[in-house]
Amino acid sequence: MSDMTSLVRVQDAGLSHDGGKNFIFRHVDLDIEEGQFVAVLGPSGVGKSTLLRVIMGLIAPTEGTTTLSTAREQTGSRRSALVFQDARLMPWRTVRGNVELGLEGLGLSRSERRQRAEEALELVKLSAEATRWPRQLSGGQRQRVGVARALTVNPDLLLMDEPFGALDAITRKSLQTELLAIWQKTKKTVLFVTHDIDEALLLADRIIVLAGKPASVRGDLRVGQRPRDPSSPGLRALAGRLRSLIAGEEDPGNTPYWQAAEI
Amino acid sequence: MNGLRIGAGGRAGLGAVGLLLLLAIWQASVQFHLVPPGLLPAPTELWAAFVSEVSGGFWVQAIKDSLVHYVAGLLIGSVLGAGAGLVCASVPLVDALTGGIVRLLRPIPGLAWVPFAILWFGLNNVGATFVIAISVFWINFYAAYGAVKSVDQELYEVAAAFGHRGFLARLHYVTLPAAMPGLLAGLRTGLGQGWMSVVAAELFGVPGVGARMMQASSLLATDIVVVYMITMAGLYALTDFLFGLVRDRLLRWQG
Ligand SMILES: Nc1ncnc2c1ncn2[C@@H]1O[C@H](COP(=O)(O)OP(=O)(O)OP(=O)(O)O)[C@@H](O)[C@H]1O
Ligand SMILES: [Mg+2]
Repeated sequence: MSDMTSLVRVQDAGLSHDGGKNFIFRHVDLDIEEGQFVAVLGPSGVGKSTLLRVIMGLIAPTEGTTTLSTAREQTGSRRSALVFQDARLMPWRTVRGNVELGLEGLGLSRSERRQRAEEALELVKLSAEATRWPRQLSGGQRQRVGVARALTVNPDLLLMDEPFGALDAITRKSLQTELLAIWQKTKKTVLFVTHDIDEALLLADRIIVLAGKPASVRGDLRVGQRPRDPSSPGLRALAGRLRSLIAGEEDPGNTPYWQAAEI
Repeated sequence: MNGLRIGAGGRAGLGAVGLLLLLAIWQASVQFHLVPPGLLPAPTELWAAFVSEVSGGFWVQAIKDSLVHYVAGLLIGSVLGAGAGLVCASVPLVDALTGGIVRLLRPIPGLAWVPFAILWFGLNNVGATFVIAISVFWINFYAAYGAVKSVDQELYEVAAAFGHRGFLARLHYVTLPAAMPGLLAGLRTGLGQGWMSVVAAELFGVPGVGARMMQASSLLATDIVVVYMITMAGLYALTDFLFGLVRDRLLRWQG
């Protein structure tokens, strides 16, 4: 709608791994405004991770276009950064070395890089593990290193692929809160893939549902006021709607919450 | 499972016991004429041979001579071999173009190159270096090739996601560190192969440990031959040990 602030523009994008015979997703249109926190929901295998890669430019779309229009290439930051679904650390780099990966080549001094990495590690509560090797970490700790690695490059677009899926409830809660605080402070644009409807309802301004074969955007919902309580009746109704959308059913519509029980 | 557990110290100790046993059996079989006399020098005769070689100055000189072309051949062969393997494995066009050449040259043993080494470089250090370099080349070529081929492709995506794209960035951020264990394994094998090739390279008279061994063997001075066999084993053990230290340092991340 408002061209000026649209950071991500996906136009009629389709992706096929076999030269156009089968599409993972097709006819995907998506505009993400700067500063928006967008969650992507969808069943397993539908193409959420693939869509993130296309938006980030790691894979070229088979059809259509994606543009990431960041105005500036600031020193010390990157246009986009991705938190991978599986942590994907480099086993030969220490925890701190992994966090510094994206900072290298940005014209920062060694000590600046180190300081930035330390700050990011503090955020994910891993300062004490800075000099350990990835093999010495638990799965959840590795995932948090992946989060720190992405945050530290101060990206205009932060893409997160089920970043907290592998964490225990307490750590997840604390990282969700942390992420919200960072987002509110920096007004970063976030594209956040999750399986967890409540997580999407807690974090996002807007929830995109990807479903179907080939997948396309089957739902695009706004979520209102913050702070949120996912157990509130309004959000419970929204959760019901999202569940049926994910299952590939038609959108039951914007049902008022007092009617939701009847669906 | 409650099998016998052997620590690092225990292993070294048992290794020494095994060696001593071998020496004892060897000594006994010569002393009690279990082998016909003259076929095998007894371990106790070796010391005298060793002392005479050292006091004549031959021993130190031979080691010095060998080290010159060993080190040069090792360096040249390893760097070129690892480099070629790396390029072939990471550039499909080069890989395809060189596939036939590799298959043609690979089975030729270093020894077969000796006539050419003499023809091209003469009976000198350069010729010997050439022969050693060739045998070390292939070991490193295949080690590097395999190591690069088996790099976790997903890590290239990680590098790209954090701004490291292009051939050199991929090489620096992913290929080299990921392939390092394989590269170092190749270097280490080459270290041993290099000593074996020293004998081949010196076969025709380039001075060194191998040449000295050949001289002694033409005189049937088996005790001196064995002295140089053990010398080579010792030199190999030393280089391998030193290399192990460097490798452990470089591969700390593997634990
Ligand atoms: N390189 C590839 N070649 C062919 N098919 C692929 C390739 N990579 C992924 N796929 C297929 O693409 C589809 C989408 O995969 P993707 O990882 O994007 O799903 P996802 O929505 O992220 O799933 P999950 O929630 O389980 O992570 C899957 O069916 C997968 O099998
Ligand atoms: Mg996924």
